Amino acid sequence: MSWEWINVWYIASAALFIFGLKQLGSPATAVRGNQLSAVAMLLAIVVTLFAKDIVSYEWIILGMVVGGGIGAYFARTIAMTEMPEMVALFNGTGGIASLFVGWAALYGTGIGAFEGFTIFLSVLIGGVTFTGSIIAYAKLSERMDGAPIVFGAQRIVNAALLGLIILCGVVFCLDPVPGSFLFYLAIVLALILGVMVVIPIGGADMPVVISLLNSYSGLAACAAGFAIGNNILIVAGALVGAAGIILTNIMCRAMNRSLSNVLFSGFGAVKEATKVEGEVSPINTEDAFLILEAASNVTFVPGYGMAVAQAQHVVRELGELLEENGCEVTYAIHPVAGRMPGHMNVLLAEANVPYDQLIEMDDINPRMDNMDVAVVIGANDVVNPAARNDENSPIYGMPIINVDHARTVFVLKRSMASGFSGVDNPLFFGDNTRMLFGDAKASLSAVVAEFKT
Amino acid sequence: MDAVFLAFILMLSIFLGFELISKVPATLHTPLMSGANAISGITIVGALTSAGADLPGLANFLGFLAVAMATINVIGGYMVTDRMLSMFKKKDTGGQS
Repeated sequence: MSWEWINVWYIASAALFIFGLKQLGSPATAVRGNQLSAVAMLLAIVVTLFAKDIVSYEWIILGMVVGGGIGAYFARTIAMTEMPEMVALFNGTGGIASLFVGWAALYGTGIGAFEGFTIFLSVLIGGVTFTGSIIAYAKLSERMDGAPIVFGAQRIVNAALLGLIILCGVVFCLDPVPGSFLFYLAIVLALILGVMVVIPIGGADMPVVISLLNSYSGLAACAAGFAIGNNILIVAGALVGAAGIILTNIMCRAMNRSLSNVLFSGFGAVKEATKVEGEVSPINTEDAFLILEAASNVTFVPGYGMAVAQAQHVVRELGELLEENGCEVTYAIHPVAGRMPGHMNVLLAEANVPYDQLIEMDDINPRMDNMDVAVVIGANDVVNPAARNDENSPIYGMPIINVDHARTVFVLKRSMASGFSGVDNPLFFGDNTRMLFGDAKASLSAVVAEFKT
Repeated sequence: MDAVFLAFILMLSIFLGFELISKVPATLHTPLMSGANAISGITIVGALTSAGADLPGLANFLGFLAVAMATINVIGGYMVTDRMLSMFKKKDTGGQS
């Protein structure tokens, strides 16, 4: 097939991608949307296989079998709680694929300065995406300490790296030939840069990083599209790039921080928060049960701790028991709860919680004053009233779920340690706060058991 | 192909992307991300021509690596998104069914 005809098919494929993404915007049609997008991908792949440039299929078949096997294996076996690191890893494979495509394009014909530049760009973005994602994966899966790694000359080192890469790029683009030493050097530098930009970012900021790397993986495909002059790569890559940027923006806004603040300054370098002191009031499961039984309005506020304790199923069980008891049950979801955008929603969906019970922060807060009980499960910063009241707090200004406005707050917590960002939480000392110490899953199971007797 | 023409496509696609995605509710952010991830596997289309065309051996081999990596993205991304989305249920059909 000639490239003119392939491009005609690409138009159909692009339309399907767009329509699929549109349908992905509503829970009712999302499954179909994803399938449409998969059909679009299949169409693009199949018509490309008929391109007259392709003379042998050995490498293609081998690559597809290997990649397909690995992809299918992970997609089937991964647990929902491991989804953040899975997404991080997939971002990485997309990035490295674009790097290889750009690199291979260097061996084509008619490589001028413009092609050289786009090849360089796809290799650069692909490389940064790859190693950045690997570090994000290591942090999320706790193969690496999640705390920010910062050292004095970090900015200088990064600036030097970037400067060297630009220098390599300029010289390379003047004479883009295969096997150029500067090109290989740039690949290595891009890979190092990817590591350097993600290590100073702490676990609680991961939703931003994952979204950003998602965007990069799209932009890398876009750049590869320019390098080989392929429309569909540019269209699909730009759609992904836009999606990633929007999510990044939403995550930053939910933390009241700018993107540069997230990327360049680890937590803790900021002002000392006002020390909170006071007495916490612990509660046992029997008393917690009595309060919950009398409540007519209960909201659960999950955080990363729920994912760690794998408590989503028992939360749903307790929710159902409360509903049978005539209580109205909601789940209040903060945009940055967990380690990636929408993390809590997926976990609760896995536990069979209907999505119309999941309420976004801006919709639940006005209802908080009438809430009998707010149950905080493994969340800390996203319910910290210091974000509203204490100007010295590092998280001051971040929008939070106002659980302290509820009549009673239960906080499920393993022990009295501060949250990920190391910020003291005045919520724990509130008059209406009761601490339910212990493993969240065990505590909730005990309450559920009380209900059943 | 004409670079300006490609840049034109890029500009329109980015605006379209912003229009499409800004309407996605927070509930679907994770599936959106893994779905977008699968779409970024489109780079496989470029990888196919590198792997199969009459090019030096190294280019073919790089193409093979790219095909393998991008296929992980495509197959893994779509399958995992489908798995996630099929868990999202409305109240009426929800519960232990």
